[in-house]
Amino acid sequence: MTAEQRGATPAREGRNMLGHFLGLMGKTVFTALVLAFFVIPVLWLVFAPFDAHPSLNVKLPEFTFNNFKVLLANPNAIGSLGNSLILALGSMVLVLVLGSLASYSLSRVRIPGRDVLLYTLLLLSSIITGTAAMVPTFLLMVKLGLIDSQFGVILVLSGGILPTVIFILKDFMDSTPKSYEESARLYGARPLRILWDVVIPLARPGLATIAVWAVVQVWGNFLVPYILLRSPSKSPAAVVMYTFYTEGGQPNLALISAFSLLFSVPVIAMYFFVNRRYGFRFHGGIKS
Amino acid sequence: MADDGDVAGLGKARATAFLAPALLLISVFLVFPALWTLYLGVTNFRLSGSAARNPKFVGLDNYINALSDDRFLNSLGLTIVFVFASAVVGQSVLGFSIAWTMTRVRKPVRAVVEFFVLLAWIIPSSVTTFLWYALLDRSNGTLNAMLSTGHMAWLLQYPLQSIIVFNTWVGTAFSMLLFSSALASVPPSQMESARMVGAGTWAQLRDVVFPHIRGHALTNTLLITLWTFNTFTPYLLTAGGPDDRSNILPIFIYRLALNDGALGQGAAISLIMIVINLVIATVYLRLLKERKS
Amino acid sequence: MASITTNSLVKEYPGGVRGVDEMDVTINDGEFFALLGPSGCGKTTLLRTIAGLEKSTSGSIRIGDREVTNLEPGQRRVAMVFQDYALFPHMSIADNISYPLKIQKVSKQERRTSAEDVGGKLSLQGLLERRPGQLSGGQQQRVALARAVSSRPDVFLFDEPLSNLDARLRLEARTFLKKLQLDLGVTTVFVTHDQAEALALADRIAVMRSGKLQQLGTPREVFQRPANTFVASFVGSTPMNLLEGTVRDGQVQIGNSAVPLPQSAAGLAGEGQTVTWGARPEYLDVATSTKAGSLAGSVTVSENLGAAVLLTVQLDGHDQDVQVVVGEDFEPAIGTSVWVTSEPRRTLLFDSEGLRIGD
Repeated sequence: MTAEQRGATPAREGRNMLGHFLGLMGKTVFTALVLAFFVIPVLWLVFAPFDAHPSLNVKLPEFTFNNFKVLLANPNAIGSLGNSLILALGSMVLVLVLGSLASYSLSRVRIPGRDVLLYTLLLLSSIITGTAAMVPTFLLMVKLGLIDSQFGVILVLSGGILPTVIFILKDFMDSTPKSYEESARLYGARPLRILWDVVIPLARPGLATIAVWAVVQVWGNFLVPYILLRSPSKSPAAVVMYTFYTEGGQPNLALISAFSLLFSVPVIAMYFFVNRRYGFRFHGGIKS
Repeated sequence: MADDGDVAGLGKARATAFLAPALLLISVFLVFPALWTLYLGVTNFRLSGSAARNPKFVGLDNYINALSDDRFLNSLGLTIVFVFASAVVGQSVLGFSIAWTMTRVRKPVRAVVEFFVLLAWIIPSSVTTFLWYALLDRSNGTLNAMLSTGHMAWLLQYPLQSIIVFNTWVGTAFSMLLFSSALASVPPSQMESARMVGAGTWAQLRDVVFPHIRGHALTNTLLITLWTFNTFTPYLLTAGGPDDRSNILPIFIYRLALNDGALGQGAAISLIMIVINLVIATVYLRLLKERKS
Repeated sequence: MASITTNSLVKEYPGGVRGVDEMDVTINDGEFFALLGPSGCGKTTLLRTIAGLEKSTSGSIRIGDREVTNLEPGQRRVAMVFQDYALFPHMSIADNISYPLKIQKVSKQERRTSAEDVGGKLSLQGLLERRPGQLSGGQQQRVALARAVSSRPDVFLFDEPLSNLDARLRLEARTFLKKLQLDLGVTTVFVTHDQAEALALADRIAVMRSGKLQQLGTPREVFQRPANTFVASFVGSTPMNLLEGTVRDGQVQIGNSAVPLPQSAAGLAGEGQTVTWGARPEYLDVATSTKAGSLAGSVTVSENLGAAVLLTVQLDGHDQDVQVVVGEDFEPAIGTSVWVTSEPRRTLLFDSEGLRIGD
């Protein structure tokens, strides 16, 4: 190989500079377009809640907190946020308790067919989605007399996310060192006590992640409560929000904007809290 | 492993007792409904009327009806276009492009971009749909104001395109995160090796990056396909309309079974959905297992 | 074939830390050149800056008669072998070896011929169809070398070429590498933290610390005439003994004892000057009875090195130990009184700044 074949002739250097420039341009333009695409739709959520005369258009607000006063004066809206909280916390407690018991025993005892069971559970939770199973679920709840019951909604939502919870928690339990439990056992602690005193504290990061994940899943869920609940007084924010802008007349934008913001902030805050604290982890089917 | 790892002395009996409540809940509220679909699909069960009290066995009629029903076939076609365009193309390509570009920009820029992409993913769906409803509104929408397109009614004129763009917007975050971590796992020395011999960006992508992240790309495609196939969220934007032009399968089932009351028919179509889900998920789990071993 | 010259080369990281600080080095055409130093000394940064993987902050780099400071790595006509070899796991060995030619758009046929040719030179016949994962560490290293050879560069850059091999294989690979470099005659720069590797392989060594050049010289110069106490203690398989002392009556007073002034410092050390006396353990000996000009002490540790024994001797009236390598037959009991003797032409003197006195 000679120097002319490969290396820095002036023409090559010129092309190099040009390529560099084009690369930089492309990168900048692409980044700007991506930002525009993702930022513009949410701008409304940032400005409208504080605008004295909110419209559907994005514009700089005439600043006011009045929209939140409108929101506070609307018992339907405030109640629905409370309902969302009930559903989210109820499901979270249920899946955490049942999920940690189940994943602990799966992690520590080789029950026959354990691996098959785990994979079957994961498979089921990913194929029997709320949409695909809405018809039989609805009928089941009618038969059980659990239509229009928040408890019923909690059961259905928990059943849907529990397999994933068990799968992920088992991962965490598997990775906690077993010597702690052995040492607790040597001091005479019984299994439930060991679970409570040793395993749960050790698996806390995992439990926290799961807790937040469960809350986020349920908090924004629309379909299940939409199908299973009848009375507006029991409906969560996701459903009430929808009725605000679809049920006849001019949508009350002052109410909707403040409501949207209040409804969104908790999940955003929790999400970024967990992300910062524990980092993002991937698991099969973490979001459905 | 000879040792079964039962360090807390749980024993099989107690382990089963620990497991039982969770399995019971899953069986009743997840497995049973799925099995029931099998039965419901072969009856003429209806929400009200005589067929509600005394459902009759109709064999494969529901399936035959569905497969010869223009509305069903239309819905299936729309779903395929929707999934392909918004998940396989939209989310994957955009997610990868963002992840790739973000490895070559300054840290603060990266943080800002990732924040907003994630935001679209985590804001509750009823809120994001309203944001897009406002964005695309015919008389006051921001999009018309930006593009000077007058009073274009996007959701009525281009319902399918609208929900495709919307779903790309919502779901790109997952692909971006997955590809970011995939790109981080490409050994820097391999990229540098390619650079040392003069490989340009395209050659680096072709010879180093793509072969490394092939597994991730497949995982990503399968998962987002599954989720997109099952998403009900576009209902909040277009409710399947106008004239069924955005009537993807989940919405079709909802309207058929719970609005029109044809539970048996709805169940038959649900089963078709579950079977498609099963195929995608089985491929995915098989891959997952292969990569672990 | 080309020489490499760096001129006031600086690589500064955000935050002001200098990985490479004002480096002026000329590496001759065909030379096998080592960059030696402890981790974090800037040797790898310097290598990567020469490669073009890091952009220099200021200064310049020339390869042969070409100014390459602002060229892309692929245009510098250099080849690099990475510490982890960076073989592409999805490509066959043949494809890996001929990858540089693929980028240069050489035809498939020619690439195949070249891969066989280069692979043959590096005893990789019969492995060309395999994947990197199926090869041993030593074979992988040869593939990485073959890939570097096949791009026909002006310069080879090796980043810790032997560190991923186990101890036994390393010696074998070292000999192989030296022979290969000799055969090809291509200017080669390699980075290592292992002084023995640098001594064994290199024609010349640059010893670095905190981004700065400490000494540049042949292995013999660096070993026998270290420029300062840092180089003295870094080079050598057992570090050089460095003892604080004072010049008195043409001798060096160390604790209760006095040793003769090193030959190289004769007439250069002032009376009463505080100095550091340096002597390699290999160049010292012990006697079991008192001797003039020796260091009195007692044995505290005795380590068997196989063909030799490393003694640690606690000096009387001094808080420092001295290490001595003695023959394998001498195995004194712990606590034995000994007298450490030295030869003036084998010892060195450093001033209070740590710089060596004399030529």
